[in-house]
Amino acid sequence: MANVFTRVGDWVNERAPGMAPMYRAHMTEYYAPKNFNLWYYFGSLALLVLINQIVTGIFLTMNYNPSAAGAFNSVEYIMRDVEWGWLIRYMHSTGASLFFVVVFLHMFRGIMYGSYKKPRELVWLLGMLIFLVLMAEAFMGYVLPWGNMSFWGAKVIISLFGTIPYIGNTLVEWIMGDFLPADATLNRFFALHVIALPIVLLLLVVLHIAALHEVGSNNPDGVEIKKGPKGNRWDALKPADGIPFHPYYTVKDLVGVGFFLLIAAFIIFFAPTFGGWFLEHDNFIPANNLATPSHIKPVWYFTPFYAIVRMIPSFLGSAVWGVLAMFGAIAVLFALPWFDRGKVKSIRYRGTGFKVALGLFVVSFIALGAVGAGITAEVIPVWFGDVDVTFWENLFGRLMTLVYFGFFAFLWVYTHFGWEKTKPVPERVTTHD
Amino acid sequence: MTKRQLLMKRYIFPVALAFGLIVGSASVQASEEGGLPPAGTNVQDQASLQRGAKLFFNYCVGCHSLKYMRYERIASDLGLTEAEVMENLNFTGAKFGEPVVSHMPAEMAAKWFGKAPPDLSLEVRAKGADWVNAYLNSFYLDPSRPVGWNNTVFPNASMPFPLWELQGLQTAVMTEAKPGEDAKVEKLVLSQPGKLTPAQFQQASRDLTTFLEYASEPAALERHHYGIWVLLFLAFFTLLAAMLKKEYWKDVH
Repeated sequence: MANVFTRVGDWVNERAPGMAPMYRAHMTEYYAPKNFNLWYYFGSLALLVLINQIVTGIFLTMNYNPSAAGAFNSVEYIMRDVEWGWLIRYMHSTGASLFFVVVFLHMFRGIMYGSYKKPRELVWLLGMLIFLVLMAEAFMGYVLPWGNMSFWGAKVIISLFGTIPYIGNTLVEWIMGDFLPADATLNRFFALHVIALPIVLLLLVVLHIAALHEVGSNNPDGVEIKKGPKGNRWDALKPADGIPFHPYYTVKDLVGVGFFLLIAAFIIFFAPTFGGWFLEHDNFIPANNLATPSHIKPVWYFTPFYAIVRMIPSFLGSAVWGVLAMFGAIAVLFALPWFDRGKVKSIRYRGTGFKVALGLFVVSFIALGAVGAGITAEVIPVWFGDVDVTFWENLFGRLMTLVYFGFFAFLWVYTHFGWEKTKPVPERVTTHD
Repeated sequence: MTKRQLLMKRYIFPVALAFGLIVGSASVQASEEGGLPPAGTNVQDQASLQRGAKLFFNYCVGCHSLKYMRYERIASDLGLTEAEVMENLNFTGAKFGEPVVSHMPAEMAAKWFGKAPPDLSLEVRAKGADWVNAYLNSFYLDPSRPVGWNNTVFPNASMPFPLWELQGLQTAVMTEAKPGEDAKVEKLVLSQPGKLTPAQFQQASRDLTTFLEYASEPAALERHHYGIWVLLFLAFFTLLAAMLKKEYWKDVH
């Protein structure tokens, strides 16, 4: 048996001598810092969820019908009559939400430990592109079941483009292929969701990892292991603080995968709608252009950005400012490596100002999510009684929008003028678990 | 700081944040339910499902369909034989493998009630079990409405209350109307008892809600059945992975 494997290996090697070195360069001879902590699980978990989405997605396409007349029925057909269809669908819908959970935590890790800083700006930019494509992919996927929230969510989100002066209305019709989200919209969203965007996403993921492996991974201490002492047990010329990705981090990531799957399986089997957060109540009603849901809101992972659109008032006779601010909220993230001029990477050795600002940034993101999901509109009357809900919600939402953007402005001022009091960064990586 | 203290310090914040988020979203969830009394349904309770099915096919299917629900599936999930279902539940004359479709013509229904009775296949998923159960308990006589019935959970519902012979007749006690506003319903009182006592009727409405909850997601029965084994397997897998990791990492210092 072993002989067969060796012979197949030799056969391939003879014809493609570059393959084995490529495997070694990215797995057994890719030296990652030995001090990764809990936060470093989310990259491999994002990859796991991506694979889950693709595999379950293939099986869903076999029974889904991308037409306005048949979409909703075909989803219920999958839920009831297709063997294991319910499991495949719940894996896909839960996977979509968990994708964003994992990606948000992965991005937060990058900000916390300065993984976007030189020499990893390209890794960050490619990651942000993945995030952008992922949002488009998720939005189009959300429209496909053709429930009432799919329909109205699509209508509201697409109409955001209508605020662009001169071309707005034409653009909206061009995107939808109709005057309302309709059969044509569903057909093209299906094509984009199952073919176009996944291909782009896969390509970007490959580039993201390739770019990472060029410069090597950052770590919780923000120490460049490539600049530290050389020589480890495997290679005299490689970083002393590095360990081979395989098998060390493959077995470690396996533990993360186990924990993650436990949580995912709990949701899939015992709370697949997650109390109306992952699958919304109004989406179990078929799309109906005559019946508006009482609260139109996007799925939870879009709510922080949706809140920013809602909070920016229109002026000069145009509502485009809110849309610009929403895209701006993503654009500033792209530019993060250039806002932050600080040389110290990890939060462990950064100034108090950075720690406070990052804490406030997280608070503003969650608070905006609450505003976008309509939680504040519900909670304000309960907590404060008979007050002007819209006024207080707008005040709170605008303050939080200010804090969100303020994080980037503060970071630039704080680091550009050298006001940050950092702690000395150690020569070598510290504690690992 | 010792290594242990350092690790504690580094993990306390994220763990506290995650915990806060879970508690926070749970409390929001609780407030979102809007103060409806819990329905107390349990789709694993087969006897309750069977009683609910009987109620549905005796009182509801005249107007409402379950177009995604096949008789055959109901039989196998509720532990009934083909003969039992075809004789006791199937009053529409459909074949065993066909879905539950009401005989009422939609146009006529729209003419009679002002609105065609909705399909109830996904009613519980769209509105929640608590809502459906509360709705079934909240009909009262209201001569001002076209069909003579109104509902406190869904004001001005166009549906007459077919379960009245079980529950009895409820009438509303109104608050005094403030100037410029309509009088509100203060509470409902049972002015004429039905065949069932209030406690029996509550159980009946819970059974019916349970059946509709099952109809809105028949997979729930399978989910619960397999879920526990999947979790046990994954817990075992995670334990093995953790041991493997520990073994491999012995030489990393």
